[in-house]
Amino acid sequence: MAYEEPEAPHGRFSKEPPIVVKGLVNRFGDFIVHDGLDLTVNRGEILGVVGGSGTGKSVMMRSIIGLQKPTAGDIDVLGRRITGVDLDKRIGVRRRWGVLFQGGALFSTLTVGENVEVPLKEFYPEISPELRREIARFKVLLSGLPEEAALKYPSELSGGMKKRAGLARALALDPELLFLDEPTAGLDPIGAAAFDQQTKDLKETLGLTVFLITHDLDTLYEICDRVAVLADKKVIAVGTIPELLETGHPWIEEYFNGPRGRSAQAAQSREQSD
Amino acid sequence: MQGAVTYTLEDDSAGACKLVLEGQLLVSSIGPVEAELDEIDPRFSEIDISAVDEIDTVGAWVVSRLAKHNDCPITGASDTAKHLLDAVADTVSDGDLTPEHVPVWERVPLLLGGRVYQARSGFFGVVSFLGAIILGFANLARHPSRVPIRAVVRQMEMVGISALPIIGLMSFLIGIVIAQQGAVQLSQFGAETLTVNLVGRITLRELGVLMTAIMVAGRSGSAFAAQIGTMKLTEEVDAMRTIGISPIERLVIPRIIACTFMMIILGFYSSIVGIIGGAVIGQFALGIPFFNFLERIQEVVPLHDVWVGLVKAPVFGLIVALAGCYHGMQVKGNSEEVGLRTTMAVVSAIFAVIVLDAFFAVFFTEVGWG
Repeated sequence: MAYEEPEAPHGRFSKEPPIVVKGLVNRFGDFIVHDGLDLTVNRGEILGVVGGSGTGKSVMMRSIIGLQKPTAGDIDVLGRRITGVDLDKRIGVRRRWGVLFQGGALFSTLTVGENVEVPLKEFYPEISPELRREIARFKVLLSGLPEEAALKYPSELSGGMKKRAGLARALALDPELLFLDEPTAGLDPIGAAAFDQQTKDLKETLGLTVFLITHDLDTLYEICDRVAVLADKKVIAVGTIPELLETGHPWIEEYFNGPRGRSAQAAQSREQSD
Repeated sequence: MQGAVTYTLEDDSAGACKLVLEGQLLVSSIGPVEAELDEIDPRFSEIDISAVDEIDTVGAWVVSRLAKHNDCPITGASDTAKHLLDAVADTVSDGDLTPEHVPVWERVPLLLGGRVYQARSGFFGVVSFLGAIILGFANLARHPSRVPIRAVVRQMEMVGISALPIIGLMSFLIGIVIAQQGAVQLSQFGAETLTVNLVGRITLRELGVLMTAIMVAGRSGSAFAAQIGTMKLTEEVDAMRTIGISPIERLVIPRIIACTFMMIILGFYSSIVGIIGGAVIGQFALGIPFFNFLERIQEVVPLHDVWVGLVKAPVFGLIVALAGCYHGMQVKGNSEEVGLRTTMAVVSAIFAVIVLDAFFAVFFTEVGWG
């Protein structure tokens, strides 16, 4: 019953961790994706999640946002137990998070502006249509798109613009928690850097907590406060990149000290010395 | 106090009016008071938000909009609020985003003209599609090794073999209905035996093929449009082109061959099952023994009735396949288009089949195959 209360029990921006995952197990038939995975995301941080292909990064995100029913384990999001509850009963939490899917997942029959209006209309029908349109417009601008983009359909946008439009929709309800699934994949380096900056700015202005799945080493170095590494069906380490390197785990070594890792590292140290 | 925002108007000593906002200025609480705030009449000269506990971008937007309308300063903003107000201020723009309103006397001719152009490009589209198919066939005729036999066989299975149960059931029931209803009417003239003529001729000449064509349009024509349309959306068709595979040869022609050829078999099969349905009713309701019914069919149905059915069937199959593939290839943009094109494929195929059937009816009577 408690899950139906629309208001946050702990208030906006309380200090407790917005995501706590304990003993998560995900199994598809005989294939075990996660086996006793633990993870805690702190409030106000950008947590990067890395791992080889097929280590279950997306499955973990889907479990946390309730799209995937885990085989076992407990997940608390924003102070509420997500596991063991019907999807329809989590409204109190769903209006406090925003999700950006890999391809943007925009509703293709609606314009970008209307896409942003959908969650507003769904959760806050009492807001007048004019205000709703204005909110949609400034969210579009906030996500770094030009104003005219609000009138376009997703099929008329480039891949990078689709991601920004998806971000605008994810931000529609002023969420406390933002999930980004490979936001910079498929973007050109300039666009990717701009998107990173945007994420960081938004986190700082809006006080967001960001759960970010990425393969982009530049993103990890530039904007992530901590990085969680998925391997061997668990989160094997969480921390800043120097902390991770201290663990000496071979996969982490290879990931961050490979040729690409080194150049991203060099870029960051150049930036810091400037 | 949770989730509420309240406002009061205070007159200060100088006679100026001050709007004081309190509580939570959030997207979840702004709805009820937003309209009231807009309508406050004595214009105020200051907005005090020092008593606001929590604020988000929507709250900041509403406050800054109010401030702009009344041309007054915002006071008492906390650090967070200042941050948000700045972020929101950056996005303010005066651009008018409502689409331009076109008056009705311009809109109607515009729409009409658009339709005419659409019809023109639709016509060109059909012609060039047919041309591409003919070229495709010509290419395959020159290089027989390129004929996609596996695809053709697979389509034949999907269009033909898997349709056998449903078309059989449908034809059997139609045979029953024709025999039973026909017998009721013919018995008024004492001519129940003519039921055999009715069932035999109508199923072989008309209904067997026509109903099958409609069923195939619904089953396979729609599937063609949806399959090819989805492949267009996911850029599979473009990928084929870049690899040097012609989508017409690989996707369209196998479907056309399969559908045209299987329609002949399905149409004939449907007629036969229809006759069997009639014979079953003859046995149980009309007192005509089952095998006598079948023997009588051979005597009373002229052979050209069979030919009429067999000539019509491939033409109908061709039309169903062409409509499905054409509309599939026309899909562009979004997933809604796939549904739209699928519907159009089925509707236009059935329409064309019925029009052609009427034409065939007149034609075959004129040439003496009455």
